Amino acid sequence: MMTRPITCIECPVGCRILVTVENGKVVKISGNKCPKGDLYSVSEIENPARILTSTVATRGMPLVMLPVRTDGPIPKTKLLEAMDEIRKIVVDRPVRTGEVIVKNFLQPGVNLIVTRDSSPDQSPREGCPGQSARSIRLINSAFDRTL
Amino acid sequence: MRERDLVIVGGGSAGLAAAIAAHDHGVRDILLLERDQYLGGILNQCIHTGFGLEYFKEVLTGPEYADRFIRKVRSIDDIEVSLRSFVVHLTGDKVLTYFRPGLLETVRARALIMATGCREKTREMIHIAGSRPAGIFSAGLAQKLINIEGLLPGNEVVIVGSGDIGLIMARRFTLEGARVKAIVEVQKNSRGLLRNLVQCVEDFGIPAYFSHMIARISGNKRVEKVIVARVDDTYTMIPGSEFEIACDTLLVSVGLIPENELIEMAGVRLDRKTNAPLSDEVNTTSIPGLFVCGNSFRVYDIVDSVTKDSSLAGRMAAEYLRGQ
Repeated sequence: MMTRPITCIECPVGCRILVTVENGKVVKISGNKCPKGDLYSVSEIENPARILTSTVATRGMPLVMLPVRTDGPIPKTKLLEAMDEIRKIVVDRPVRTGEVIVKNFLQPGVNLIVTRDSSPDQSPREGCPGQSARSIRLINSAFDRTL
Repeated sequence: MRERDLVIVGGGSAGLAAAIAAHDHGVRDILLLERDQYLGGILNQCIHTGFGLEYFKEVLTGPEYADRFIRKVRSIDDIEVSLRSFVVHLTGDKVLTYFRPGLLETVRARALIMATGCREKTREMIHIAGSRPAGIFSAGLAQKLINIEGLLPGNEVVIVGSGDIGLIMARRFTLEGARVKAIVEVQKNSRGLLRNLVQCVEDFGIPAYFSHMIARISGNKRVEKVIVARVDDTYTMIPGSEFEIACDTLLVSVGLIPENELIEMAGVRLDRKTNAPLSDEVNTTSIPGLFVCGNSFRVYDIVDSVTKDSSLAGRMAAEYLRGQ
């Protein structure tokens, strides 16, 4: 049996929680101000998981990058693998906030959803139809030119 | 000169909430000016979660949080939204001059709500010694470059200051394949929320140096390294404690300053230290009918509180107009 201090990340309060663990299982939780802390403590000890947020490339859209997130937590150990998958995605059709772009993303029951309209705010489309998709690239070269 | 019942400057979280609330309380002629080409303000680049927990009882990203207010504003005919509209002049009797593509407009506001948000503090404001190479960014600028423009500012990053945006960018850079080599904070504890220290820094094993400062930036064309030193309780550098960290990028995340140059131009009294209006009551200024809300009134920790107080500003403007 051991006691581990953790910080709850469910809300901005950030409760300091003391979790007692026995054989990898949580047996006692104390210090949290709300029930969210109970669920978080068990998850954090037994199967730590996070909602992943990132961006995907677009083609022919007003926005060069489109923000995305998983609609549920995925295991912490899979975050970098998930990023590799996200880098392969190109959105080339209009999508709306909340729309699923990858079903069962890395695991059943968790989807990757878009968090912004691809043509936001009904403003005039200013994207170039011929623009090619690119994922995030380094801008060092651009800096060197300006020096 | 055209007169409008209510003019709101800024279409971010504060301006959107104020516009909706003013309409809810009976204002029927509202002009909302936004300098960007989209509504939503800085929320659009805050793609991480953590928004809306108080206001919507849901966990949302910045763009999702903004989307709800943008849709509502767009559904109200009495709110005229003018995008790419940049206010350049304001007088004490609430006459605004603004540019929009191809035009210079002037309008008199019977009531005015300024919801202009903040700027980030810069490297110059915290007096870091050393050269002035490329590769020094404020955290929010780096956030915009990555999340909106799709451009990664560098490969090996040191972050000075532990404000929330800096912590969040530590995670973002790491996920995009860059190496965040250190967070350097002069205070003893994180300035940002504890939850961000956990999920953005500790999760990725990023070293955080508290009670440390950047003694010097070194680099010719581009940042090459920073010299880090320990400080004592009076924030004075301890001689002999210096060590080097090689990096090509330095992010500065040391806080925000309300952007209030326009109301200062109009004669509103500001607190010299914080750049916020001197005022006894939330959202009010020394000029009647001129309200300031959101981060330009004071720097809030979370957007839910901005929405709450800015909604109040909308109501206060409605009440002011009724009393006229």
